[in-house]
Amino acid sequence: MNRPSPLLTISGVAKAYGSVVALKAVDMTVRRHEIHALLGANGAGKSTLVRILAGVHPADRGTLEVEGKTANFRTPVEAMRGGMATVFQDPALIRDLTIAQNLRLSQTDPATFAQWLDEFDLGSLDRDRMVRDLPLDILRLVDLARALALNPKILLLDEITAALTADQAEKLFELLDRLKSDGCSVVLITHRLAEVMRICDTATILRDGRNVAELEVGGITQQELVHAMLGSPVDLAPDTPAGTTAPTPADAETVFAVEELASGEAVRQVSFAVRRGEVLGLVALEGQGQERVFDILCGERRPSSGRILVDGSPCRFLSPADAVRQGVVLIPGDRLQALLPSLPVYQNLVVTLITRIRQWLGLPADERARAANAIDSLSIDTRAAAQVRRLSGGNQQKVAIGRWLVSGFRTLLCFDPTRGIDIQTKGEIYALLRKLAADGAAVLLYTSELAEIPLVCDRVLVMHNGLIVDEQVAAQATEASLLTAAHGLV
Amino acid sequence: MVDSAAAATTVRARLAAKARANPSVVLGGVCLLLVLVTGFIEPEYLSLNGARSSLLQAAPLGILAGAQTILMLTGGIDLSVTMIATGSAYVAASQSSHGAAVAILMGVAVGLVVGAANGVGVAVFRVNPLIMTLAMSGIMLGTFTAWTQSILRGSTVVAPFIKELAAGSFLGNRLPYSVVVWAAISLILIWLLRRTGWGRLLYAVGDNETAVRLAGVRTWQVRIAAYIAAGILGSIAGILLAGRTGAVDLQLANAFLLPSVAAAVIGGTSIFGGVGGYTGTILGALILSVLNSMLTFLNVGQDIQQLVYGTIVLALAWGYAGLANRE
Ligand SMILES: Nc1ncnc2c1ncn2[C@@H]1O[C@H](COP(=O)(O)OP(=O)(O)OP(=O)(O)O)[C@@H](O)[C@H]1O
Ligand SMILES: [Mg+2]
Repeated sequence: MNRPSPLLTISGVAKAYGSVVALKAVDMTVRRHEIHALLGANGAGKSTLVRILAGVHPADRGTLEVEGKTANFRTPVEAMRGGMATVFQDPALIRDLTIAQNLRLSQTDPATFAQWLDEFDLGSLDRDRMVRDLPLDILRLVDLARALALNPKILLLDEITAALTADQAEKLFELLDRLKSDGCSVVLITHRLAEVMRICDTATILRDGRNVAELEVGGITQQELVHAMLGSPVDLAPDTPAGTTAPTPADAETVFAVEELASGEAVRQVSFAVRRGEVLGLVALEGQGQERVFDILCGERRPSSGRILVDGSPCRFLSPADAVRQGVVLIPGDRLQALLPSLPVYQNLVVTLITRIRQWLGLPADERARAANAIDSLSIDTRAAAQVRRLSGGNQQKVAIGRWLVSGFRTLLCFDPTRGIDIQTKGEIYALLRKLAADGAAVLLYTSELAEIPLVCDRVLVMHNGLIVDEQVAAQATEASLLTAAHGLV
Repeated sequence: MVDSAAAATTVRARLAAKARANPSVVLGGVCLLLVLVTGFIEPEYLSLNGARSSLLQAAPLGILAGAQTILMLTGGIDLSVTMIATGSAYVAASQSSHGAAVAILMGVAVGLVVGAANGVGVAVFRVNPLIMTLAMSGIMLGTFTAWTQSILRGSTVVAPFIKELAAGSFLGNRLPYSVVVWAAISLILIWLLRRTGWGRLLYAVGDNETAVRLAGVRTWQVRIAAYIAAGILGSIAGILLAGRTGAVDLQLANAFLLPSVAAAVIGGTSIFGGVGGYTGTILGALILSVLNSMLTFLNVGQDIQQLVYGTIVLALAWGYAGLANRE
C-alpha cells in the first residue's frame, strides 16, 4: 500500500511522575493527511503522551521527530513553533479572566480565532464574558479555536468530544475532515469508539504505558477494535441492561418530580417524574436548557416558577445543602466542580459524610471502609492517590461519582456521568446505575452519548428549546429517533 | 565523569524528595541552625534562660499564627487578629477588679464577637477577607481609642493571675505557664485539623469551595466557625501578651501582625488555601522568635535588624515554595 510519509515519529518515549510510571516505552507514527486515534483505558498514559508532545513535560527517555527532524520540545512555545497545537483534557483557559484577555495572553489572532469559532456558530460569543461563567462545551470549543488559530501541522485533541453534544461533535468531525484534506494531521483521544469508526484512519492503542497495537480503522469492526484494546472480547452492555430487567413497575411510587419548571428564556416549561427504581434519561442538543434544569434541581439556582416535589411534598431548595438533605444529589457535568484537587482520593470521597455541624467534631468510624468500597466498585486507579489532580481524567471522573456512593442518596442527578471513562468501566457504571435503581433510588441521567440511552434507561425525555418535546421508551429509542426529536422535529 | 554528575543529580533529587516528604524535618533543622548561630553570637543564649525567653516570645506568636493558619487553609486571612488581641487585653485589664475568670472570659468574648462579625462579612456578604479584616481592624482601633477615654478608663493593669499565667513559670522557674497554654492549644489545633470533620472542611473549602457546596455542606458555616476560632485564638494571645507586659496600651500586639502570617507561610501553609497544617506553623513561630533573639544579640541598628529579618523570612518562604512546586 502506498501510505503517506510520516509527519511525527515518536520512539521509545518514557515518562515517570515520581514513583508512578505513566509511560514505559511508546512508539507511534502519525502520517500526513491522517486522523489518528490514540486509545486506551483510563490511566494508560494518553494524556501524558499529549503533554510530552505539547512540550509541557519533557520525556524521561525517547525521541520525537517532526518531518524527520529531531524535535524534543522543552517548552510549550517550542512545541508550537514545531507545529503542534493542543486541546488538553482540562480546559486551559484562565477562569478569572475574560475570553478576550485569555486570547491576548496566548497572543492569539482574534480574527482567525473568530473564523474558527464561527464554524460552530459561536461567532457571536461575547469575548468579554468571564471564562468561569461559560459552560464546559463552549470552553472546549474556545480551546479548539485557539489551537486552530496557530495554524498547526499536527492538532492534538485530548477527549475534546467528551463534553460536546452530538450536534457539536458532528460539526467537529466535518471540520477535521476538511483539515485533513488541507494537510493537517490530527491525533484524537476519545473513549467513544463510534467516533473512531466514524472519522479516524488509524488507531494506536496504549496499554499500561506501552503501545500494543496499531490498526487501520478502515478494515475492522468496532468489536475488533474493542478486542484489540482490552486484549479479550468483552461484552460492553451491562449484565442486566434496561431492556432485560423487569421494567420499573408503573405503580412504583414517585420519588422525585418537577412541575412546570421555568427559568428565564432557557427553561420554558419542564415537568416530569422519576419513580423509585427508575433510570430516566434526558437528551438534548447543545444549549437547550438542560444545564439550567440541572442547576435548579440540585439547588444551585432558583426557578422563576414551578415546583420541585420530593416524595410528593413540595420542596424549596435554597442551596445544594437543602437538596442533599432531601436525598437529591448531583454528579456535575464538569468534574472539576466535584473535586478537591489538592486532597487525597480518600478525603474527596468522604467529604459527603461531614456535611452537618453535628458531624464536625469527629470523623465517621466507618469512613475508611466506605471509601474502600467506592474505590473498589468503580475500580479507581489509586497509584497517584495522594492528590486527586494527579489522577488521569477518567479516574477523576470516577471520584466525582464515588463521593455519592459513599454517602448514599435517594435521587441521583447525573449530568453526563461517563465523560472520559473508558469503555470497560463505562459498562461497569451502567451496571452500577441499574443496581442503584434496583436498590430503590431514582436516577435522572442526562447524556450526550445517545448510545447510552437504551443501555441504561427505562424511559427517555427529549428537551428542545426549553421544553420537553418527546418521551420514548428507552429500549426502543435509537440515535436517529432521539436526534429527530432533539432537533424539535416531532 | 558523566556518571558522577548523574549520580550527584540523583542524590540531590532524592534529598529534595525526602525534604518534600518531611518538610518539618527541614524546618526543625533550620531552627536548630539558628539556635546554634545565636549561641555562637551570645553563648549565654544556649542556657535554659535563653531557651525560655525565646519560648516566651514564641507562645503568643504561635497562637496568633494558629489563627492565620486556620484561615489561610480556607483561603482567608485575618488582618484584625492583632487588634483583636489588643482589644481583648484591654477588656481583660479593665475587668480585672472582677477577678481573673471574669476578666479572661470577657476578653475572649471580644474575639468571639469580632471573629463572628468577620466571618459573617466574608462568608455571607462575600467581602474579600483582606478588606473585611483590615476594615475591622480600623473599626476596632477607633472604637477602643474612644473607649479608653470613657467606659474602659479605669484599670489598664492586669490581674495578678493573668500576669502569673503569662510570665510565670513552674518546676523551679524552668517551664513558663504560657508555654503550657500554647502547648495545650497546639494539641487542640492539631487534633481539630487532622481528626475532625470541621478540620477537613477547612482544607476542602480552601481547595475548591464549589465541590464542597455541591457535596451538601453549608460552606458559610465552615467559614464563620473559622473566623470565630481565629478570634478566640487572638484573644488568648492578647491576654498572654498583656500579662507579660503587665499593662496594656493600644499598640500591644501590633508588631505581631506580619510575623503571624509569616510564621504560617514559613511553616508551609499556602495563602491560597487547601495546603498546610499547624505543626509547620509551630516551627515557623519558633524560627521567627529565635531569629528575633539573634538579631537583638547582634547589637546592630534597628534598620539592619529589619533588613536581615525580612531577607531571612523571604528566603525561607521562597525555599519552601520551591520545594513544594518541584514535582
Ligand atoms: N502529575 C502527576 N503526578 C503523578 N502521577 C501522575 C501525574 N499525572 C499523571 N499521573 C499518572 O500517570 C498515569 C497516566 O495518566 P494519564 O493522565 O496519562 O492517563 P490517560 O491515559 O490520559 O487516562 P484517562 O483516559 O483517564 O484520561 C496515571 O496513573 C496517573 O495517575
Ligand atoms: Mg487523559
